Amino acid sequence: MKRETLQSDSKRFEPLLRVSGLCKQYVQRRPFSRQKIVVNAFQDVSLNLFPGTTLALVGESGAGKSSLARCIALLERPSAGKIELAGENLLVLDREQLFPLRREIQMIFQDPSSALNPRFTACEIIAEPLLIQREGTNSQRRARALQLMEQVGLDPAWERKTPLEFSGGQRQRLAIARALALGPRLLILDEALSNLDAANQSLILKLLADLQAARSLSFLHISHDLRLVSEFADDVAVMYQGRIVEAKSTRKLFASPENPYTKELLASVRSVESILLERSA
Amino acid sequence: MQVLLRVTDLNVSYRGAGSNQRHAVENVSFEIAEGEVLGLMGESGCGKTSIALALLGLLSKDQAHVSGSIQFRAKELLSTDQRSLRAIRGAGISLVFQEPELALSPVMKIRDQVAEVIHAHNDWKWQRCRTEAELALARVGLANSPRIFSAYPHQLSGGQRQRVVLAQALACNPALLIADEPAASLDARSQSELLALLRELQRELRISILLISHAPEVQASLADRLMVMANGRIVEQGPFEQLYRNPSHVCTRAVLRAAAAAGVPENLDLEMVT
Repeated sequence: MKRETLQSDSKRFEPLLRVSGLCKQYVQRRPFSRQKIVVNAFQDVSLNLFPGTTLALVGESGAGKSSLARCIALLERPSAGKIELAGENLLVLDREQLFPLRREIQMIFQDPSSALNPRFTACEIIAEPLLIQREGTNSQRRARALQLMEQVGLDPAWERKTPLEFSGGQRQRLAIARALALGPRLLILDEALSNLDAANQSLILKLLADLQAARSLSFLHISHDLRLVSEFADDVAVMYQGRIVEAKSTRKLFASPENPYTKELLASVRSVESILLERSA
Repeated sequence: MQVLLRVTDLNVSYRGAGSNQRHAVENVSFEIAEGEVLGLMGESGCGKTSIALALLGLLSKDQAHVSGSIQFRAKELLSTDQRSLRAIRGAGISLVFQEPELALSPVMKIRDQVAEVIHAHNDWKWQRCRTEAELALARVGLANSPRIFSAYPHQLSGGQRQRVVLAQALACNPALLIADEPAASLDARSQSELLALLRELQRELRISILLISHAPEVQASLADRLMVMANGRIVEQGPFEQLYRNPSHVCTRAVLRAAAAAGVPENLDLEMVT
């Protein structure tokens, strides 16, 4: 028992994901001219994500959160910096070398309706990553997909339904099942809860927490809902105009924010109680 | 207070494949008084947006079957023809959607988009409509500057775009504004700014609002009364604070408390952060 805790303690100090000095520039060319516009999406971003924990990334629209997530998910190539997964720098690898590593990092998007192919059945959607990574036979992949459906709380009898026949919350579960198919170690959730109503949000959060506990998954969770962040995150990084201005444990951040922008952000969180109090005054 | 809108036994059903009909709204009755904000909550898919669309007569006959009665200023809307409905839309009842990106034309300058609404309801020269549009934009707090007036939607932030949509909706002084998740696509700061603006305008212009939102904080900051829906029916209706303090239906508890339960821990009071 004691050995186990020691082991998990040492594990906690070795980050699964270490991002250092990461920058991303988008270069746009003006139409009909040679003039180039350089947009810095984010600059000099460094962060650590430990196994089995959740790091929340907060900040207003346009702060660079989604660009950062897309770079970490290897959907886009950063301009400079390092992304290390379990000690291995991913940015020095070429396409072929990256291919087997892509299964370790999976992403869940904000809008499940546009993230799921409307002409695929539920089963095909979940089995697609397995197919891409050439894993198992057809029937093995189907069996795995059905098993995943059950794990995320979808009835396997719905395997032949298409995304449009599912509700918003169910579609997000489908996206989660697909992300889990390859047994990733890191899940990136880009506003994955913000399209859902309150009841569905807490159901999905519960599901994510259970999955995290069972598989020791790490989450990088982008959200603008500080209320939810305080509930699920172990650590929080605050992003403002392309830079991380403050990063610390959730408890510390909410108790003693230091950066003026963080303070402003936290002040915008209002409870129903405080709003009612103000209205009656 | 005088009743502005009275809805009695409203039913909306969509024509599905073959003969199966989907009942989106069943026997819904409610009233909105002049100057009142009525909140509408419920899980996704419970029929909130169907009510909004039915009120404006935006559901086509081949698509949906609407029955019951909708009286706006004692005039029955369901038996009104499209021509007269068009006069009511925008000038009597107007609508703000969740996604300003979809509500605005990407190829028109925003002053002209607001002017177009005014032009549709008044016999004014275009020049006058543009001047009025500038006033409408100033009213929603978009700085009185040519940069904003002649901007295209993509040049504005999400919060600014939502203000443009609001300016359009309020341009012809409607008596009732239907706001369908007006702040859901905005970040925390723009959201609280927009809510403060809505509240200020609502007091100043004395308009009624049907506020559809699944966020309890949004409802708390605006709604006088709250109506909770589940599966197309209204399960509970009453003053907001009363429903918040002692919800009697399990759905009310779910929509109001689910977020509270997943909220900022009790010990993290707001005084600590300010």
